[in-house]
Amino acid sequence: MTAFLRFLINGVSLGSVYAIIALGYTMVYGIAKMLNFAHGDVIMVGAYISYCGMQYWGVPPVASILTAMVVCTVLGITIEGLAYRPLRQAASLAVLITAIGMSYLLQNVALMIWGANPKTFPQTFINGASLNVGDMSISSATIITILANVLIMVALTLFTAKTKMGKAMRCVSEDRGAAELMGINVNRTISVTFAIGSALAAIAGVLLCSSYPILQPTTGSMPGIKAFTAAVFGGIGSIPGAMLGGVLLGVIEIFGKAYISTELGDAIVFAVLIVVLLVKPSGLLGKPMREKV
Amino acid sequence: MKMTKAKRNRLIYNVVTFALVIIAFFVLQSMIDAKTITRSLKGQLVPICCWIVMAVSLNLVVGISGELSLGHAGFMSVGAYTGAVVSGLLLNVYQIEDASARLAIAIVAGGLMAGIVGALIGIPVLRLRGDYLAIVTLAFGEIIRNLVNVLYIGTGDGRLYMSFLTKKLPEGVVMLVDGAKGAVKIKPISTFIAGFILVLITLAVVLNLINSRAGRAIKACRDNRIAAESMGVNVTKYKMTAFVTAAVLAGMAGALYGLKSSTIVPTQFTFNQSINVLVFVVLGGLGNVLGSVISATFLTILPETLRAFADYRMLVYAVVLILVMIFTNNPTIRSFVNRLIAPFKKKESTPGGDAQ
Amino acid sequence: MSQQKTKHRSDTKMVPVPSQSIVPERDINDIPVLETRHLGIEFGGLKAVDDFNLTIGKTEIAGLIGPNGAGKTTVFNLITKVYEPTSGAALINGRDLHGLSITQASKLGIARTFQNIRLFDKMTVEENVRIGLHNRIKYDMFSGILRLPRYWIQENKQHEKALELLHIFDMEKLADEEAGSLPYGAQRRLEIVRALATDPKLLLLDEPAAGMNPRETEELMENIAKIRDQFQIAILLIEHDMNLVMGVCEGICVLNFGRVIAKGTASEIQANPVVIEAYLGKKKEG
Repeated sequence: MTAFLRFLINGVSLGSVYAIIALGYTMVYGIAKMLNFAHGDVIMVGAYISYCGMQYWGVPPVASILTAMVVCTVLGITIEGLAYRPLRQAASLAVLITAIGMSYLLQNVALMIWGANPKTFPQTFINGASLNVGDMSISSATIITILANVLIMVALTLFTAKTKMGKAMRCVSEDRGAAELMGINVNRTISVTFAIGSALAAIAGVLLCSSYPILQPTTGSMPGIKAFTAAVFGGIGSIPGAMLGGVLLGVIEIFGKAYISTELGDAIVFAVLIVVLLVKPSGLLGKPMREKV
Repeated sequence: MKMTKAKRNRLIYNVVTFALVIIAFFVLQSMIDAKTITRSLKGQLVPICCWIVMAVSLNLVVGISGELSLGHAGFMSVGAYTGAVVSGLLLNVYQIEDASARLAIAIVAGGLMAGIVGALIGIPVLRLRGDYLAIVTLAFGEIIRNLVNVLYIGTGDGRLYMSFLTKKLPEGVVMLVDGAKGAVKIKPISTFIAGFILVLITLAVVLNLINSRAGRAIKACRDNRIAAESMGVNVTKYKMTAFVTAAVLAGMAGALYGLKSSTIVPTQFTFNQSINVLVFVVLGGLGNVLGSVISATFLTILPETLRAFADYRMLVYAVVLILVMIFTNNPTIRSFVNRLIAPFKKKESTPGGDAQ
Repeated sequence: MSQQKTKHRSDTKMVPVPSQSIVPERDINDIPVLETRHLGIEFGGLKAVDDFNLTIGKTEIAGLIGPNGAGKTTVFNLITKVYEPTSGAALINGRDLHGLSITQASKLGIARTFQNIRLFDKMTVEENVRIGLHNRIKYDMFSGILRLPRYWIQENKQHEKALELLHIFDMEKLADEEAGSLPYGAQRRLEIVRALATDPKLLLLDEPAAGMNPRETEELMENIAKIRDQFQIAILLIEHDMNLVMGVCEGICVLNFGRVIAKGTASEIQANPVVIEAYLGKKKEG
């Protein structure tokens, strides 16, 4: 029973990281109608920046996380403006290939800067004292990750519901053409979406590396793909969906690894994606789309 | 029948494609005979053939059928493992010493197995569209890699032993596939001639398919799905045709690739490898078969000859992907480029009719 | 879809089937090519088309008109199975379309053009028509890959038939052009040729004259009549150009807010006060 609970909590914690990453995917997909394949690699960049901050620049952890968020925000806006904006009218195939190229670019630039050798992510305030409940100990990283997830989710939900920019985002995701006619600056809205998603990616990077402290240029790609799976699972375009999908996927992955096979953990996650897409392509909380003829 | 302009262009395109491949083969073969070929190039000949087949077959899916498949390396690995197992089985159990017979059977088996896997995957995958389809092919590619990681196959006592997840084979069995260690103790039997023949078969299949009723139906589904359905074209069937044909060819290439060296490890067929092939296709031009052949050849040789390129290969690939996509798809840049090259270009339709 | 429980009670509402419909007198001995019975579809509670009843004779040219957003294209999408109706039935030559796919509906003899042109842009004009011939002049994939004799015979047939069809609009010379590069009017005509290539019994034209100049529209009108005479098929067209509709359509059906508000011949429709109101708005009282 204790083992079961431990797996569950670990699953929720891992799932919370997926959920934060999934938010970036789901917002961009909802608003720009594109799968930003490079999103996972922005996580990696965020983790490296905060690593450098703490390890080389002697900046306190909180400041280095903030630095990472700023860098990632700028990075996200730059990627969008340089690579994706020229393809706004292009077929989704072209945009997706560009995004894959961008993902590779980030990975290889990281490889040149930081090298292929894995870095050990430093212990920070995130890895504080662990909490003992009965005969089970929950690490503080786990608790902080889960809390951060809930906090971000609430903040984002309020942002999209209450603020002017949030409303603009919802408009653009509903009907880009109509939003433009209403005087909404679509390009700016999409840029802001990328900025938010990328800042969240930096946080996710730090949280991910606090629990799994191995950092290398490919660190972001697998969690990135899994987080996309989570976004689809929850219903792409839906913020609560990303949270639900992320947490469920994390739990499924940890249970799959624990009770079925460690080697097949990834295969199980992807099998979930396939089943979801076939049975309910609009995800758990998404709304179905209809092609106009 | 009177030959129309489009038809003539197509014929020229096909003849040029085949002629280039055949000439290249004879030049290289005579270099081998005269022993003037460099060692590194000689070692690259079979891989080049494999990557040409991979690129041309992926082009059938991405360029002609218009669906982005990110799991093409998965089919290659299915073919490679099947080829290694079949070849080992033929040698160890059926005592077939003739290497070319073993190679031929292994390649056919690799293609068949990849085709079966392709069909099984295609049924669910092709119900999806666009980005979802791409991500699911990626998922399947990773699942295949995960599964072969826990696959154990060996021969002994004149039969085949197989187990899954854990190594449960009897003592004294000769291992063919050993989990994460991959396929082991392969007798390398791939030859350049076999590769050349496979390339010719691939070109014939893909080019003939494109210029036939089925090929037109595939392109119609790409250009406009609803219109194709309204014309009575069974979209799923033709998407499947392209997908499975490509899987079979990739499986054959995989078998050839796997049998060129003594081991295959699962990490040879990762997502990165799928992207490599995608780069060949994009750089050669989506839908342009000759382009795929040329780019696969050069991008396989280049890292070997240019060490500097090898170091920055992936970086260059990434930039190439982005730039090619922006230059071919941004309306402003495209019209600008068209205006630049207009004076140099006589009014002529693109060869093959598919280059985009 | 909607599973209506059968009520075994005397208060069951009875509706007339077949509904009151008109067809040209010459088609009276044939099964109507299209018959819809209480056809309807709901999108999230909104009835886009409701209780749509229409019968089209074997060689009738019929018109479907109505203000923007009346549900005309939705009717086409229901008949061609892009949408599955949520109520009612559509019959082609007496065969129920229930549960069929777009492809299967096409095989039963329905062909259409699209309001926003949907050609295969990157294929040539001839190839576009050949897609229309897909189920008419066939050979299997392996004959194609192995270039068996059957490939050459059937390809030749397709080529000749394609040119013959293109001749209807004098478009043979454009056979090798890329479809996407054609001028707008030619694209509309090519869509009609492509639809005809499927050998339809019912041809649905969605705003065929949109974007055409008056001279082109005039020609189109003649050609629609010519196509009917030559192929002996029924044509149902959606059109805003009233000259075209009144000039060529025999039976006309007027749709407003998803419901049929009038049916009849051109002169009957023109004189119908309900139709005038739908188009021009209600006259001010007093």
